[in-house]
Amino acid sequence: MAEVIAALTGAVVRYPDRAAIGPLNLTVAPGEIVAVVGASGAGKSTTLRLLAGLERPSEGHAVTTAPGRTAFVFQSPTLMPWADAQSNVALPLELAGTPKDEARDRAAVALASVGLGERLNARPRQLSGGMAMRASLARALVTQPDLLLLDEPFAALDSVTRRHLIEDLHKLWAGRTPRPAIVFVTHDIEEAVYLAERTVVLDAVSGQVAMARPAPGVIPRPAGWRAEPAYREKVEDLAAALAHAMPDRVA
Amino acid sequence: MSRILAPALLVILLLAVWEAACRLLEVPVYFLPPPSAIAAALVNRAPILAASALQTFRMALEALAVATVLGGGTALAVSLNRSAEHAVRPLAVALQVTPVVAIAPLVLIWAGLDHADRAVIALAAAVAFFPLFSGVLTGLKSADPDLERLFDLYGATRLQRLLRLRIPAALPFALEGLRVASGLAVIGAVVAEFVSGSGATQGLAWRLLESGNRLRTADMLAALVCLMVMGLALSGLVGLIERRVRAHLS
Repeated sequence: MAEVIAALTGAVVRYPDRAAIGPLNLTVAPGEIVAVVGASGAGKSTTLRLLAGLERPSEGHAVTTAPGRTAFVFQSPTLMPWADAQSNVALPLELAGTPKDEARDRAAVALASVGLGERLNARPRQLSGGMAMRASLARALVTQPDLLLLDEPFAALDSVTRRHLIEDLHKLWAGRTPRPAIVFVTHDIEEAVYLAERTVVLDAVSGQVAMARPAPGVIPRPAGWRAEPAYREKVEDLAAALAHAMPDRVA
Repeated sequence: MSRILAPALLVILLLAVWEAACRLLEVPVYFLPPPSAIAAALVNRAPILAASALQTFRMALEALAVATVLGGGTALAVSLNRSAEHAVRPLAVALQVTPVVAIAPLVLIWAGLDHADRAVIALAAAVAFFPLFSGVLTGLKSADPDLERLFDLYGATRLQRLLRLRIPAALPFALEGLRVASGLAVIGAVVAEFVSGSGATQGLAWRLLESGNRLRTADMLAALVCLMVMGLALSGLVGLIERRVRAHLS
């Protein structure tokens, strides 16, 4: 069996007030980038929370070989408004008991790596949406995680900022040895194809993994890659797969 | 500028109408004294009124401090345990809906008639308790759920979570509670002083009663003016603290 950093095996999550999600089967290999797409309510965020260990499956298993080496980026930047960027980014290290000075130094380096080296003392309200999301990314990267989980992190940003952030994410990923595994939830299929090496479609009706598609090409993407036929073809293929997994096909 | 000028002009106009009406209609001074008589009473009784105002202010402030410690402390303790919250909340609500006038004689007996000031502080604190308790408790639970998850993910201890997430998140709510409580503390102190009566305390409420018993209406109104100024001073003080903390938090 290939190396695995996190896996869901027959994982089912039951809710008191809505349909259960799963059984989910998903394995993530070290260093790979996986995009998870699916309609609202298909269980995208649940998948991430299971992988992070923030939620336990009612049935089946969720395992990770990276406990304590996992980072999470939420839909909103989720920064503490009362703390400056540096303190926000230093938080995971300080919670783990890293001495304050060292934590702050490493936070400054992480902020510089996402282009916020000049805004260490800025409060979240003084940052634009894109900058706040970069700070959130820096907070996730500061612990040098082996597994990075992102829950539609760029959904609220304009498309130009979003593209910049995806490029940055690719560069940060490629620049680290060993590379962290990334699981990225999105509802944007173009973003999924561009971003990931592999895309997983969650079926909104059965709440299961409907299919997994590998994406072509190398990461970081070469300039103009969005105009390539291989990319366009993959987007259409994924769009068809997603349409098949939408709830209204039973209507 | 008009934000200061407009209300000032309105007050001057109202006072002028009042003064003119009293003189033209020859209203008896024991019924409604003109503003000039109240001003004279304020000047003549300045030392005694100032001493009384200081006493009421001190009692309200002490009550507020007691309520902050007890209300905030209870909320903090209760926030750590859901069963404790379920147990305490009805009691806190019961305390809130019981009229302070009704429990004042009882508290006066417990405090001892020689220590009426303690009874006043206890009663004012009882009235100010609920908004602080409720504000802090709501605030402690108001932290962004995703930030809570982040603290879960990084294995934060309960103490870390409390100090670094829940208390900072609770502060704006606590301040809101403090603002409401400061108004209630003054009301509580005055009501308690009324009930304890007979000069057991020498605060502004007692000055009101004393002057009323002698039908010295101008003195009564002078005491009332002092009470109003004191209330404004307390609310200004709390507002100042609130602005400082808010500026620091965001």
